[in-house]
Amino acid sequence: MARIGVFICHCGENISATVDVEKVAEVASKLQGVAFSTHYKYMCSSPGQDKIIQAIKEYKLTGIVVAACSPRMHETTFRKATAEGGINPYLCEMANIREHCSWVHEKSEETTQKAIDIVRTLVAKVRRNAPLFPIKVPVTKTALVIGGGIAGIQAALDIANAGHKVIIVEKQPSIGGHMSQLSETFPTLDCSQCILTPRMVEVSQHPNITLHTYAEVESVSGFIGNFDVKIKMKAKSVDHSKCTGCGECWQKCPNKKIPDEFNAGLSNRTAIYTPFPQAVPNKPVIDRANCTWFTKGGKCGLCKKTCKAEAIDYETTDEYLDIKVGAIVTATGFDLKHSDFFPEYGYGEYKDVIDGMQFERLASASGPTAGVIRRPSDGKIPEKIVFVACAGSRDKAKGIEYCSKICCMYTAKHAMLYKHKNHEGKAYVFYMDIRAAGKGYDEFVRRAIEEDDVQYIRGRVSKIYEKDGKLIVKGVDTLLNAQPVDIEADMVVLATAVIANKESESLAQKLHISYDKHHFFAEAHPKLKPVETNTAGIMLAGACQSARDIPETVAQASASASKTIALFSNNEMSREPAVALVNNVNCTGCLLCQEVCPYLAIEKEEIKDRNGNILRYAAKINSGLCQGCGTCVAMCRNKSIDLQGFSNEQMLGEVMSLLNKPF
Amino acid sequence: MHSSNDYKEKKGLKGRIAKTTGITINKCYQCGKCTAGCPLNEEMDIMPNQLLRMLQLELPGYEDKILRSMSIWLCLACDTCYSRCPQEILLSKVIDFLRQESVRQGKVNPKAKDIVKFHQAFLETIEKNGKLYELGLTLNYKLKTMNLLQDISVAPSMISKGKLNMFPHKIKNIKDIEKIFNKTSENKGGEQ
Amino acid sequence: MKVGYYPGCSLEASSKEYSDSLFAVAEKCGISLEIINDWNCCGASTAHNLNHELAVALPARSLALAEKQGLTEIVIPCAACYSRLSQSQYELNQDSIIKTKVENYLNMSISGSIKLLTVLDFLHKYIFPVVDQHIVNKLNQKTACYYGCLLARPKETSTIKRTEDPMEMEEVMQKAGATPIKWAFKTECCGAGFSVSKTDIVAKLSGKIIEDAADRGAESIIVACPMCHMNLDMRRPNIKKQIKRDINIPVLFITQALGLSMGISADRLGLNKHYVPTDKTEKCIIKKEA
Repeated sequence: MARIGVFICHCGENISATVDVEKVAEVASKLQGVAFSTHYKYMCSSPGQDKIIQAIKEYKLTGIVVAACSPRMHETTFRKATAEGGINPYLCEMANIREHCSWVHEKSEETTQKAIDIVRTLVAKVRRNAPLFPIKVPVTKTALVIGGGIAGIQAALDIANAGHKVIIVEKQPSIGGHMSQLSETFPTLDCSQCILTPRMVEVSQHPNITLHTYAEVESVSGFIGNFDVKIKMKAKSVDHSKCTGCGECWQKCPNKKIPDEFNAGLSNRTAIYTPFPQAVPNKPVIDRANCTWFTKGGKCGLCKKTCKAEAIDYETTDEYLDIKVGAIVTATGFDLKHSDFFPEYGYGEYKDVIDGMQFERLASASGPTAGVIRRPSDGKIPEKIVFVACAGSRDKAKGIEYCSKICCMYTAKHAMLYKHKNHEGKAYVFYMDIRAAGKGYDEFVRRAIEEDDVQYIRGRVSKIYEKDGKLIVKGVDTLLNAQPVDIEADMVVLATAVIANKESESLAQKLHISYDKHHFFAEAHPKLKPVETNTAGIMLAGACQSARDIPETVAQASASASKTIALFSNNEMSREPAVALVNNVNCTGCLLCQEVCPYLAIEKEEIKDRNGNILRYAAKINSGLCQGCGTCVAMCRNKSIDLQGFSNEQMLGEVMSLLNKPF
Repeated sequence: MHSSNDYKEKKGLKGRIAKTTGITINKCYQCGKCTAGCPLNEEMDIMPNQLLRMLQLELPGYEDKILRSMSIWLCLACDTCYSRCPQEILLSKVIDFLRQESVRQGKVNPKAKDIVKFHQAFLETIEKNGKLYELGLTLNYKLKTMNLLQDISVAPSMISKGKLNMFPHKIKNIKDIEKIFNKTSENKGGEQ
Repeated sequence: MKVGYYPGCSLEASSKEYSDSLFAVAEKCGISLEIINDWNCCGASTAHNLNHELAVALPARSLALAEKQGLTEIVIPCAACYSRLSQSQYELNQDSIIKTKVENYLNMSISGSIKLLTVLDFLHKYIFPVVDQHIVNKLNQKTACYYGCLLARPKETSTIKRTEDPMEMEEVMQKAGATPIKWAFKTECCGAGFSVSKTDIVAKLSGKIIEDAADRGAESIIVACPMCHMNLDMRRPNIKKQIKRDINIPVLFITQALGLSMGISADRLGLNKHYVPTDKTEKCIIKKEA
């Protein structure tokens, strides 16, 4: 005999202003199976929850219906209260009479009747609810961090320091990411590599961290606490266990004309190379696509002859490593749009129109010009530099409506660095707005303007063209009566838009995480779950989610690490029991369900006799992977699968109740 | 659910532009790129981005200023602004509307009267002949503006080079053209 | 091979040489141009200045007539006429209300499916496949290819691929054996319709174009629009006064330049109709090596 308690919430005025809650409670009290019915102003409050607990004890209730807001808000709250009252929490359901009723209708009798209908259907369901128990899943306490930039490094260190194992997979030959390419960082003008490299070394020496560089994620399967990841370790052609990092190989390499990615294309590197002097690991790899031995069928081979440690081996192949991890942190970072994206700024054909990263390399002491700002075209020191902010960002016509967040700050930084190195030079910044909201940020920009005499002009640049070795910049000063301003510059630096890493789409698909139209990874909730994805067990850290600066990246990396550590704090984790269940006596083993399961959660089970002979096959649900979508239930031809918590009986009960038919 | 796009129903220039041309003036965030690239930016009295700003603000006196400006007559519809505008605002279409409105309200800038007269003389030859009769246009224009000596040096060479037809070429179905002119002037060019 | 043809008012009067040279080139390549019967003026910049519906209806009539005539493609050599016709067609295809109105005024229906070609589209599609055998000369000169506004913009109706740095004319000039230069004023406005009413503005804007071309070593300027031609050529005395420089670079229509390389006579191409003498360009023609 069902004894259900119904609790109608006023939700302040959110429900009671449109729905006659007293009437609903009164009608509910007369429904079949209802032993107690009441209404209250705020069910989610402590006194409200107490009402549930008391009523269960006093009226010996066997089920609870709370008619209030959406279960996404308070289902957990009321189920906890139900458990405290002494009965299984899954005997409690919420009837949504707020988002589904009071919030979308005007006050009327029909609205109240609709609320009554909704309550009645949920009562019909709860009459058929069975107790359910959370599913326990073991947790592998190893984390995978994809990406070895500052975000990946921070997350890895935090997780490792908490005592868990971490595997970092980085696709470049060295960790460090874009931060290692920067010269100084705002707002302190700290040398970027000086603050980064100690962390890089810490990562490489940490006993809990395994570093795989020149490697990529090949495939991911499994579920939270139990991921199976295949890593592709690209053939380095150099045995790092033998290599001493002496550097003679790349000094001897005759192939010196490959554009250097680390220097943003401003200089060249060799085919066997380390990306930069402080690389971790500081041992070279061979870029096979550009190495004579590989492209010209065995010619050259100079590096092998030179290597005294006999570390070079052209025969190595890509290797694959299978690992098991419990959580994955994506820290794959960003890219910058290049100047060839801008037709009005020269289609990338003017050598002295460069982007922000190229300027960083020019300003960097370890860069192609040893920290002297020079024009890429003729090596002369520019006397006038124009910085163009918002180059590509906030530009719907170019397909990038968002703001790239970091450019206002790094443009001010660039202008200041230039002025510090060239006191007599002139620096102009064409801007629309200054976005300098961080700690010490606005003061930093004011310093550029007030102390370093950087000329800020409010207006966008319409066109840049080259004449007689100078770049003619046609802009406007909207603050000075929209006066056109033409400047003959020696160099132009475009603060180009921050875009997603070009492989983000394929990685997101491998991980089964969501991404937006710009290929930035999607967080689970923009306000309250900024570091998790909708895929349980996969966290986000850094610019792979959206443009951000270093302090935010580090903070977010630590946040995603803390989520990971929380996950690892138990040997087992609980999952919601709303999963499918197969009646393997009925099941014919057609496995149609397996074909349609989007989560690959159905396996083939062998039904054996006592002697171990296989009698037949049946479907089996992996309750760790199942998300309770119900597709298999719909597909099953002889109704052998049911969804716990949303069984066929429960659902039919709701529908029939809605239609006011007996069931 | 009301959208605050109701401003389209209002009587001001901004609303009427939205209704007639479909262009949302509020999209402009005043970056100034249009002004920076406009070939006429040294001649205009109100710069392109300022025009949009005045339309956005709808403060007293701004409408009048816009309709009486030279800028709306100087715009050559080269669309350099449109090709670079990050918000893809078709400014030349807005200006066409402002021109027509300026004529409607009799607020054409005195310095622009010659330009309007040129256009009117041009349209008169089209209405009569279906094609441009350059000699007729020139004579008509000179009479309207009393600019009798202009281009007097060029005319003889144009004739000797065969670049000026002495007589108009009328199209066969000139009645079609008359009908088009009549119908479109009835509707005042498409104002709803 | 037959292609429809909309001349526009200028090609029958002040820029007749453009029409003559186009026909000469087409004829040599076996393409005949069928004029739209009883076509009318497109309204130029005047119509859209003063009356929006008129600006859509006037070109629409010629489009409707072309469809009636059974033409599926028409070449419109004048860039301004191309702009007006293509924009009218675009608007008719987007806005069913104005389409109904205009069809009513014209008493004709328009399907809006006729393909409109600029002179560059025409040259690339119809002339390029057959022209190589006809090229007998090299136009041994540095040329500045000037597109003006209306070939490259607006993007909805332009057929140019690189709006800020087009290459379609350069490709034609390379076939003609010329050396196109890199320069910065390819698509900057020449002053357009202010030729009569505000000649000082034309002098200023066209002056900037002439100067940049000359400073970069151009020996001639190639155009594809009668308005641009008039401003850069006929108004040269005004320009010279404005920029205070005596620059005498001639201005040729693209069909004239191509025609010279095909061995067509300067007379037939109407070069004598220009104000700035073209003899230096004619002297630069050399026989192409076999």
